[in-house]
Amino acid sequence: MTLHRAPWFWAWVAAFAAFLATWSMSAGGGGGAALAVAALTFGSFSVLTGLGQMLVITMGPGNTDLSIPATMTLAGTLSLKLMGGMDGGAVTVLAGLLSALLIGMGVGIANFALIRLLRIPPIIATLSASFLYQSLAIWSNRGLRIKPPPALAEFTTGRDLLGVPNLAWVALAISMGFWVLLNLSGFGRRVSAIGQNARAARLAGVPVARVSAATYVICAMMAALTGFLLACFSGGAALNMGAEFLLMSIAVTVIGGSSIAGGNSNVPGIWAGALFMYLIVSMLNSYGLGAGVRLLSTGVIIIAIVAVASGRKAKP
Amino acid sequence: MRLINPRLALPILSLAILIVAVFWLQPRAMSYVGINLLFNLAVPIALATVAQMIIIMVNDIDLSMGAFVSLVACITAAILPGNPALGVLMLLGCVLAYAALGALIEARQLPAIVVTLGMSFVWGGAAVLILPSPGGTSPVWLTAIMKAKPPLVPMAIIASLLIAGVAHLLIMRSAFGVRLRALGGNARAVSRAGRSTVRLRAMAYAVAGCFAVLAGMALVGLTTSGDANIALRYTLLSIAGVILGGGEFTGGRVSPIGAVIGALTLTLAGSFLSFLRLSPDWQIGAQGAILILVLAARLLVRQAEKRT
Repeated sequence: MTLHRAPWFWAWVAAFAAFLATWSMSAGGGGGAALAVAALTFGSFSVLTGLGQMLVITMGPGNTDLSIPATMTLAGTLSLKLMGGMDGGAVTVLAGLLSALLIGMGVGIANFALIRLLRIPPIIATLSASFLYQSLAIWSNRGLRIKPPPALAEFTTGRDLLGVPNLAWVALAISMGFWVLLNLSGFGRRVSAIGQNARAARLAGVPVARVSAATYVICAMMAALTGFLLACFSGGAALNMGAEFLLMSIAVTVIGGSSIAGGNSNVPGIWAGALFMYLIVSMLNSYGLGAGVRLLSTGVIIIAIVAVASGRKAKP
Repeated sequence: MRLINPRLALPILSLAILIVAVFWLQPRAMSYVGINLLFNLAVPIALATVAQMIIIMVNDIDLSMGAFVSLVACITAAILPGNPALGVLMLLGCVLAYAALGALIEARQLPAIVVTLGMSFVWGGAAVLILPSPGGTSPVWLTAIMKAKPPLVPMAIIASLLIAGVAHLLIMRSAFGVRLRALGGNARAVSRAGRSTVRLRAMAYAVAGCFAVLAGMALVGLTTSGDANIALRYTLLSIAGVILGGGEFTGGRVSPIGAVIGALTLTLAGSFLSFLRLSPDWQIGAQGAILILVLAARLLVRQAEKRT
């Protein structure tokens, strides 16, 4: 396969173009390194949510997890609340991380149980469940803003290795795990098989229910992990902290060249999509545009990319 | 022909139970003023629900409904009173944009959920541009219509009946409505029968856009001011209303009368929860829970039907 045929190739070209365009806008051109660091930091959050969403979307039409923002808020709020009452040592960090992941697992299982037991489309199931998670987060939060343990705050905002943000390393390591999972493991092949033709996959002996349960659980756990890291990064959980990641997680999947119709996805594209989305927004920022124009252009750009990249000609 | 469509039995039953519960908790609500207060805000929600129902009828889902209704509210409050011609033109433009959206989704075979999610940013951005801070006024005639006090029956009830009637005639009784439902039922058959699916989907979106525009205007008539975030919760409310009213997500099987009943039920559920003195923290969660419960109830009913 030649390089320019890879599904993620054009996404990377677009990301580089956006980088150069934004860089040239900044005064004197000296902000390149700072811009790259910011893009890698904020891009990491989009990558982490995008990986989980990609796995769910791979399972075919109708499979989308709309509970990502609420899961992020719930995991961020509850894990910080737990850590707030502890001494701040290594045990605290571990307990916080574990609690966030457990919350994610619980959310994923609840989501899948609704989809399976009530036989409702995943979009509706995850949407209605997300309001319960959101209420749970509001109720437990009570407007308090608990600070994360100093060690975690330092880690998430630091750049300890090669000047690259720690968050980017974390996201990179997890991305590699996803790449192996998707391309080399039987599980990844089963997910793709379900997305290409669920009926054929079932007849070929793929345990469809078990595999899709696993993808929803993995997606929710990724959202919970992102919520945990984001809450530590921004010095506390906020009730609306996950809001932008619903569209973001879908957008980076589609921009990265994964098929929105399912059955075909790739990990490198997620990174290109995440960097592109951040750089586009900062480019609009550096033009000095107001919030209204920024929102409007973000929406238009996403729709334009989706229309060009993932559209198929109407079936005759 | 059966007297009552079985699809409507569950929605009517849930609305009746809720009305009894509300009157039992708060007997003073059982009056002209009380009923008007209970159902007042149901009018814009019912209109938005019918709009969402038309989108769901053609197998799509609109996640931008709340943002769109907010944008219409901003246009109605900020531009329509001072410059009626420009305001009407902008509202027409909104409907045309919806039609274009439908055409784009069909022509490129895009997932509606992604496109409408993206559009919610576009509508939100436009609303902020038009009305940066909450404000504006309602056109006098609009407030006069929405706050009219007809004898005997409160305005909210008359408006709901009117919306249900018009939507029923348009969707269930007209040839146009049959074609739109066919698009949701079997798009390929429609295309083989020589109809342009692109044009049909554009029309469905345009009709939905009209109802959504009316929802935004009705909302401003009641609140007398606009805000870019005024109707964001309508996205969930409208989807929930369609489902409560017996609509299906696929196959073009929907019920306009059910959708209006669903919207009334949801509005009443909000009052019911506050009569119960439920903490506001749980208001959103309760709506999610109601949605899940109704879907569970429907599954049980359907399984019971299958067994007999």
